[in-house]
Amino acid sequence: MSLLSLKGVTAHYGASQALFGVNLEIAEGSVVALMGRNGMGKSTTIKVICRLLKNPMGQVTFAGQDLAGLPAHRAARMGLGLVPEGRRCFTNLSVYENLYASARPGAWDFDKVHALFPRLKERSTQLAGSLSGGEQQMLAIGRALMTNPRLLILDEATEGLAPVVRQEIWAAIATLKQSGDLSILVVDKTLSELRRIADRVVILERGKSVWDGAMTDLDADVRDRHLGI
Amino acid sequence: MIREGTLNIVILCLLVAVPAYAYVMNEPFTITLATRAVIFALAGVGLNLALGQGGLVSFGHAAYFGMGGYAMGILASHAQNYDPIFDGAFLIEGTNSMPVIWVVAVVSSALLALLIGALSLRTSGVYFIMVTLAFGQMFYYFAISWPAYGGEDGLSIYVRNQFPGLNTLDPIQFFGICFAILCLVLLFVDRLNKSPFGLALNGAHQNEERARTVGINVYKLRLVAFVISGAITGLAGALFADLNRFVSPTMFSWAISGEIMIFIILGGVARLFGPVVGAAVYILLEHFLGGLSDYWFIYLGAILLGMVLFAKGGIIGKLAKKETHHGG
Repeated sequence: MSLLSLKGVTAHYGASQALFGVNLEIAEGSVVALMGRNGMGKSTTIKVICRLLKNPMGQVTFAGQDLAGLPAHRAARMGLGLVPEGRRCFTNLSVYENLYASARPGAWDFDKVHALFPRLKERSTQLAGSLSGGEQQMLAIGRALMTNPRLLILDEATEGLAPVVRQEIWAAIATLKQSGDLSILVVDKTLSELRRIADRVVILERGKSVWDGAMTDLDADVRDRHLGI
Repeated sequence: MIREGTLNIVILCLLVAVPAYAYVMNEPFTITLATRAVIFALAGVGLNLALGQGGLVSFGHAAYFGMGGYAMGILASHAQNYDPIFDGAFLIEGTNSMPVIWVVAVVSSALLALLIGALSLRTSGVYFIMVTLAFGQMFYYFAISWPAYGGEDGLSIYVRNQFPGLNTLDPIQFFGICFAILCLVLLFVDRLNKSPFGLALNGAHQNEERARTVGINVYKLRLVAFVISGAITGLAGALFADLNRFVSPTMFSWAISGEIMIFIILGGVARLFGPVVGAAVYILLEHFLGGLSDYWFIYLGAILLGMVLFAKGGIIGKLAKKETHHGG
């Protein structure tokens, strides 16, 4: 059974339609890459999943429950953990406080997050706003993990980071995958890295899911047609 | 710059030293001034929880200040006149016991804050400011038109209420009561700010959407903070009424809401001791500048303008670096 399922999802920003029919299935314990060129609706799809967009149409179910009408905080408590684009930590709070404020009961605690990102332990008392971009990203992932999610959603988690830091983040995501406890939905443009961790790929084009298949089936023709790479 | 914790201890020591010196020098008026500062600081600490931590610019906190004041006034006036408040199926009598009055003031202010918060927190920005202001003014006009409790003229209480084992009419003892309450409330707010509740409130202030995606019910969180904030301000209102032995509709007026906000801006928004410093400086300015000119508010306005333009962290922000709560 799918952990997350989107069927025929449409969404609007005011009068402007952004999604025209998105279908997406994520099985328990799997890693799915959501791909597409800029402006194709990837971030809007994530907003729909996390209930951050008002009144989307179509069906979104998580762990067998319809998310329609559910406020964002309730969806998060059901197990949707979002690492948003642009990191967006609580900059006035320290690293420790960011994690502490988000903590919910479950397997993920300070020790596990610190084991995944030792640098967060070193920076514990430092204000989040004074961290480097990579450290803020680690904190954003750590904070999402502290909510003990069943599905971790990473929106452009490595964008704008130095290559060395990107490698660190990808290594952490690979570790999360190996643990097998989490399902992961990852939005990114780095195909070489996605190949290593994603089981399946869903491609969006003009607000519609146009290709859905195994990562191994993502051949040059599909890439050229839908991703332009 | 010094550590904020050290500065806070210095502020507390000064707050004790001034009335202690005045007591030795037999200057009860100075003790009363210090008591006023402590009570205003308490009201500011209440508002600072909503405004500083939660980012809720409430311009109607006078409603809770007045509610606390009238809770004291009504209970004490009935006790004073040996006249029950309600004499029907059951009997409700007045009281001149301070602890009972404080409980009534806190509960009634909290209930009022719950009602106002539940409605006003559905709005944000300038609408939130206007809705809270409107509620405050509503109670101001209600108090004016309520002849049973003095209407526009207010209500005098001839004898200060009683606290077991103390002579509350002695200025230094009454100061001691108010100071102890301020310390307890500061301790409570400090613990609250460091708790997941306080951190989430701060996080929601910075980024509401981000807070919701980590499972925080922002509306409920803000409502709880607003109620606690109103309850603390209500307690300050009850003490203020006891200090003056008088309550009037002025306690509900928008000018009081503005003054409480001024304490916070002067001392430092979201700083634990910001309202304490702000209230003390305000009382000092009122006393000294007020002696120079009737138009002392012009000087205060200039000082506030300077603060907003050049010292956004207020006096505390200029003197101390912001500390994080946890070391992990």
